[in-house]
Amino acid sequence: MKLLKMFRRRKNSSQDIAAQRLRLVLTHDRANISPGMLEVLKDEIIAVISKHLDIDTNKVIVDFTEDNRETRLVADIPIYTNRTRRPETGSAKGDPATS
Amino acid sequence: MSGKVITISSGKGGVGKTTATANLGLSLAMLGNRVTCIDADIGLRNLDVMLGLENRIVYDIVNFIEGRCRFRQALVRDKRFPELYMMAAAQTRDKNSITVEDMTRVAREAAEISDYVLIDSPAGIEHGFRYAVAPSDLVLIVTNPEVTAVRDADRVIGLLEAEELAPAQLILNRFKPELVRRNEMLDADTVVDLLAIDLIGIVPEDSKIFSASNQGRPVALDEHSQAGKAFRNIGRRLTGEDVPFEALQKQTFIQRLFGSR
Repeated sequence: MKLLKMFRRRKNSSQDIAAQRLRLVLTHDRANISPGMLEVLKDEIIAVISKHLDIDTNKVIVDFTEDNRETRLVADIPIYTNRTRRPETGSAKGDPATS
Repeated sequence: MSGKVITISSGKGGVGKTTATANLGLSLAMLGNRVTCIDADIGLRNLDVMLGLENRIVYDIVNFIEGRCRFRQALVRDKRFPELYMMAAAQTRDKNSITVEDMTRVAREAAEISDYVLIDSPAGIEHGFRYAVAPSDLVLIVTNPEVTAVRDADRVIGLLEAEELAPAQLILNRFKPELVRRNEMLDADTVVDLLAIDLIGIVPEDSKIFSASNQGRPVALDEHSQAGKAFRNIGRRLTGEDVPFEALQKQTFIQRLFGSR
């Protein structure tokens, strides 16, 4: 019986795929923005923020969150500070951190 | 006191709007209510056939709007129940034959003589949908557990909310518990969660639906039909009765329903 339940919970069932696809489609429908436009928006946000802050562009996350039909755009932008060292290989934008 | 106007809508076609309208009309009539079902799908009428009343139509809704008949003359009485009436859509006209004001006037007249007025909305989100929902106190959104149908339902719910037209509740139709058990169909919990509206009923897929429409005898009249029972329960919930949901779902969902009510 436990084994059966484990099978039922399988992650890549078509039921699970349907739920994931719907979640994404509904978010973009409701916000009236295509997934491609969201990428463009993300790049523009990065460009603007980079003018003022030294940010880790590879780790920027710009996405929607949904809570009971209330949608918000959440941008998670890690920045480099005096205390966090920018990796050597990273392409520096703005002033390099002084050590 | 005038009756409650309920529009049955969906966005997507073919999900069971007309079936739901016919069955809920009968279910409410079985409970002793005065019911008027209005087919708002001008040009593609089908509620008459679903109810088995197609041979008794004399006038239709457009005839009434254009002043060619009195309101009562445009109603067909369902002989199975003394107080169940249907108003047919015009078959040879299009949606532009009706304005929002026309439909509001029709619904108001119907509400004068009914406890419940059910409006069968056309598919889509254009003019036909707009006039169908304009006079309603409540919109029942019919959807199926499929990505396409749920997506379209979300559009309709969004429009209703954005324009503050009427509160909406969900009917999940053509539900197959066996497929859900095998993780091959969206479960009710997920659909309700995604759409974020109240669920008023889950109607299981039922092969009896076909012979019902073949004969013009909706499944609500069939004591042994699972779908019929589900529709009768929705009818009771519409009258304010607290009816537990049928045991079609995973345990967690049932528990959630009982927990929240």
